[in-house]
Amino acid sequence: MKKLWSAVLWLLALICVFPILFVAAGSLMGSTEVKELLGPALSGRKGYVSWKLFPQYPTLKSYVELLVDTPGFFVMLWNSVKITGGVLAGQLLVGVPAAWGLARFSFPGRKAVFTIYIALMMMPFQVMMLSNYLMLDRLGLLDTLAGIILPAVFSTFPVFIIYRFFEGLPEALMESARLDGAGEWIIFWKIGIPLGSPGIISAMVLGFLEYWNLLEQPMAFLKTKELWPLSLFLPSIDMKQAGGAFAASAVVLFPALMVFLAGQDYLEQGIISTAVKE
Amino acid sequence: MRKRKEALKALMFLLPSAAGVCLFWIIPYLDVIKRSFFSAVSGEFMGFHNFRTIFENQAFRLAAGNTLRFFGVCIPILVTLSLLVSVLLTREQKYLQLKKSLFLLPMAIPVASVVLIWKLLFHSQGLLNHFLSLFSVEGVDWMNTEASFWVLIISYIWRNLGYDVVLWVAGISGISASLYEAARVDGAGEWMCFWKITMPNLMGSLFTIVVLSLLNGFKVFREAYLVAGDYPQQDMYLLQHLFNNWYRDLSIDKMAAAAVVTGAVIMLLILALQRAWAKEA
Repeated sequence: MKKLWSAVLWLLALICVFPILFVAAGSLMGSTEVKELLGPALSGRKGYVSWKLFPQYPTLKSYVELLVDTPGFFVMLWNSVKITGGVLAGQLLVGVPAAWGLARFSFPGRKAVFTIYIALMMMPFQVMMLSNYLMLDRLGLLDTLAGIILPAVFSTFPVFIIYRFFEGLPEALMESARLDGAGEWIIFWKIGIPLGSPGIISAMVLGFLEYWNLLEQPMAFLKTKELWPLSLFLPSIDMKQAGGAFAASAVVLFPALMVFLAGQDYLEQGIISTAVKE
Repeated sequence: MRKRKEALKALMFLLPSAAGVCLFWIIPYLDVIKRSFFSAVSGEFMGFHNFRTIFENQAFRLAAGNTLRFFGVCIPILVTLSLLVSVLLTREQKYLQLKKSLFLLPMAIPVASVVLIWKLLFHSQGLLNHFLSLFSVEGVDWMNTEASFWVLIISYIWRNLGYDVVLWVAGISGISASLYEAARVDGAGEWMCFWKITMPNLMGSLFTIVVLSLLNGFKVFREAYLVAGDYPQQDMYLLQHLFNNWYRDLSIDKMAAAAVVTGAVIMLLILALQRAWAKEA
């Protein structure tokens, strides 16, 4: 009985990862092999699409074609990097001090600020879409990367996550530093940031996965194709170029996978911190 | 005096963030609330006219109905399945971390990189139907019949299972092992332990997990949109599609009213969540 459950669990776990295996396999196939397997979907031939986990003749041709012959791909890759990097850097700069201010000091209205921050972090994009648009329009930021990056810098999500970790630090630590004559900035720099770093890393890992994957905002606010991130490029590829599409998918997938593997503990801590009571 | 000093210090840390949040989020949203009561064309005060318009709007009714139905079906499935997985996972410590990783992995996968797989999976001659045909089950035209609703459910469960598992596992590992030991000494079986110890101790987490799962559910639009575009089969037409289409037509009146209604519903959920947290603490 126990074995059976264990097998069910493994099966479910495998279903979770199958898309990665499929993308990896597809990216290593030659275009003839891909077309052969996908034939029924591409040409309306009878029968079903099928797939293999191991290509018959593994080749890096799709990657070479993508990276050498598709200049547009690099532009979009670079846009994705700029968006993700810009947002995360901004969030560090603005969000970490804000979390410290909320977690370590008491002031009138603190509870209200906290509630507003939680509400904002949980609002789906669609609710904020119109307000976002009107504000970007007024600031002249429509159709610019800054118009995607700036609102995200002021997302309240990282503040909340980091707040959770700052909040847990013992007050006695700060008190003794104050007695030694340390100013608030020094305490923040020398005690807060080092001890709160797991929270900061959690916020960055969750942030990376979110912004690398960003779709709704660029779709709504970027008209110029040269500004698009990769997440908008891939869906526009025709099924007929499936070989290249798999290679592109793999390239998009790779950084996210690396961040996931390197930061999984932080990711879990971050997820848990969103659910623990105040 | 001391209090004022402390407030000043807090302000120093908080100010850059608070200023940006006001400029980019709060003020524009207040503007939208105001606009929901006015006409975008003439600038006239309209009272609740815009709200009446959207509630009478066919597309809004369809989308809101589908969205509610989507949550009504997927949340119970996700919450139960993730709880089951978590209980099984924690029973056996071997490979616990690896298995958890596998379940969590989908959360990290960019939507764009699986669009192609999704298209192949749900094509009428695609992989899923191929798989079904092995058991002599008649294939389904996933994208063009009411089965499209299940494309949403499957995508959602796949992506969010690990997230909920992490939350449940955290809850389960917070239960003291001595409770189980004492129960076993008294002769309680595994089933008994689950109902009398595990479940009661997890009730506090349940509400939080449901709300977080709901809010994560809005992101299913990414898969739905990339697989099926602006106007998918009508059973997978969600509020998010509608917002997107109104945005393209710049129907500001309707968008403002819908943003206020949806925002208010979500705000109620969040306040309920905070109350539940406060009660527990």
